[in-house]
Amino acid sequence: MSEKSVTTEEAAEQTAMKRVTDGITLGRVGLYATLIGLVGFYLLPIESGLVTSIKTPTGLDNTFPFLPPLDAGWITFEKWQVAFDYLAPGMVNSMLFTIPSTILCAILGSMAAYGLTLVDWRGQIAVLALFIAGIFVPYQAVIVPLFQFWSQYMQLGARLSFLWGLPLLEPHYATILELIITHTAYGIPIVTLLFRSQYKTMSNEMIEAARLDGASVWRVYRRIVLPLSIPMFAVVFIFQFTQIWNEFLFSLTIIGSTNDPAASATLILSGLGQSLEGTDYPLRMAGAFITALPTLLVYVLFADKFAEGVQT
Amino acid sequence: MKRFLLLLRSIRRTQGEGPESERTSGERRVMTDGGTSEKRSTFQRWLDSDIVQSAPFWLPPFLLMGFFVYAAIGWNFLLSLTEYSGFGDPDYSNLGLQNYWAMLDDPGMWAATRNTFVLLVGFTVVCLIVGLLLALLLDREIRFSRSFRTIYLLPFALSFIVTAQFWRWMYNVNNGIINQFIGVFGLGPYSWLGSPKLVLGAVIFALVWQFSGYTMIIYLAALRSIPNDQYEAARADGASTVRMYWRVIIPQLRPAMVSATVTLVLFALKAFDFLYATFDGYRPRRGADILATKMVRESFGRSEWAYGSSIALMLFVLSLGVITPYLYNQYKRGNL
Repeated sequence: MSEKSVTTEEAAEQTAMKRVTDGITLGRVGLYATLIGLVGFYLLPIESGLVTSIKTPTGLDNTFPFLPPLDAGWITFEKWQVAFDYLAPGMVNSMLFTIPSTILCAILGSMAAYGLTLVDWRGQIAVLALFIAGIFVPYQAVIVPLFQFWSQYMQLGARLSFLWGLPLLEPHYATILELIITHTAYGIPIVTLLFRSQYKTMSNEMIEAARLDGASVWRVYRRIVLPLSIPMFAVVFIFQFTQIWNEFLFSLTIIGSTNDPAASATLILSGLGQSLEGTDYPLRMAGAFITALPTLLVYVLFADKFAEGVQT
Repeated sequence: MKRFLLLLRSIRRTQGEGPESERTSGERRVMTDGGTSEKRSTFQRWLDSDIVQSAPFWLPPFLLMGFFVYAAIGWNFLLSLTEYSGFGDPDYSNLGLQNYWAMLDDPGMWAATRNTFVLLVGFTVVCLIVGLLLALLLDREIRFSRSFRTIYLLPFALSFIVTAQFWRWMYNVNNGIINQFIGVFGLGPYSWLGSPKLVLGAVIFALVWQFSGYTMIIYLAALRSIPNDQYEAARADGASTVRMYWRVIIPQLRPAMVSATVTLVLFALKAFDFLYATFDGYRPRRGADILATKMVRESFGRSEWAYGSSIALMLFVLSLGVITPYLYNQYKRGNL
């Protein structure tokens, strides 16, 4: 007993000494200086974009790109207004397909991970390998057939034409529906992996005990696994929301044109402020911030959850 | 008695109980008459087996994902054998490898392949190094280490279309920050995104800015899992800090490095969004065209669908060359 207390005391003393010395060592100062310098490096492009977005043309010419407009006359929020008018429908569209496909991904991925992790059967590793390989497949390898599938074979817009007469429904929702299904399908592999990483650490005893008591596979899922996966659902929501919101290649190919009523925020941003006279940088920066706003908010509020999703 | 109960259950079932209770009762039966299991037909045993019981969970997502991923890849291969271009429908009656021969004669293809490998190697290596340094810096009992981590990872949470806008402004010839910065040392100004010699390096730099936070997170997770006594043991042996990291800590980061490398390489193979947004269209400036951008341009820019599909298949085979050994290795280690 005494031995233990001595070691803890010693350890405490050592850390206290370390803290005292840490406070003054040059290495420590250098370390923090480096870390703060790196903060500058990672934030500079974003900060520069922010100050540029509120500069008038004169302000743009007369200040350094990383400094805020120093004269009150050089400040204008007009570009934000213009960018918002362009992007607002895109933001609505992005929300319309991002939220449903995030939820669908989470539900289907959790189910798949459960069926492949907590219920044991031979050959499941092969199915699992196909799921995991699906994470890494480049979208280029499927994009032409995908385009064919939606535009030539499914033609949801025409097939569901009876719906568009209904209130609150519009023809371009067909494209939104296509995007929901597409994003769900391609999100399933990574979400399955995320849930599996959690389910692997789940106590097997509890589940086996429940099954011996006669609980069905479904009951175990609903009563034991689902309540325990709520934290992972949060991680998946944060991570998938960001991924799907930021995605571009599917928007570009399935929606097609920035003028399409179903155009997503990223698609509209990619064509914002293009003109023969050159690029309107303040407008583009304002647009970039408006497009990034939902993901920025989610990131700032739930950074830890996002990092957890990235880690796996 | 048991039979009576069974009969009761089957009656209840025919009365149209929900599927959930049906399965529950089926499961119960297995448990209660475990001793008489030989009597059950093979079909019933098959129905009660775990593979069938778990199928409602993994099969629907598997079919959805399998159709969009694997069936689409097969379809893509078929398309690559046709002459499909322009409007209309592909003609599947006349298949051949002509698109693959055409790739060999396409000088743009060689340039794109070369650029892809430069991007892939440069981007991956620099990201791994920068991420490792960030992780080592942050793993030293630092105050606000979470805030630092959050800031370094921030670019990774942004869309490429968004970051491309920022970097176009950074690289601007006249008043971009990069040119102003090197102007302090009497260099430049350079046309970073216009010159064929500089453009790929500029793109790599911007992508490293966006992805190094990701590698940092991967390394940090691995560093945190190294038990503390290993540091202490190395210290007790009198190893210097550098030596301790080099000999003891970094070798243990190998698995993290491998999985980060796989992700980075596969990202470099499909990188498209950033280049599209940086150059306002399907055609990147000369010197920055990679296979991923060429594939999308051939199909969606020029409607050479079959040719685009053949490049897509090549990209798929290249990524398979990375995925297969990785998954096999993970399987061997029991990490899958």
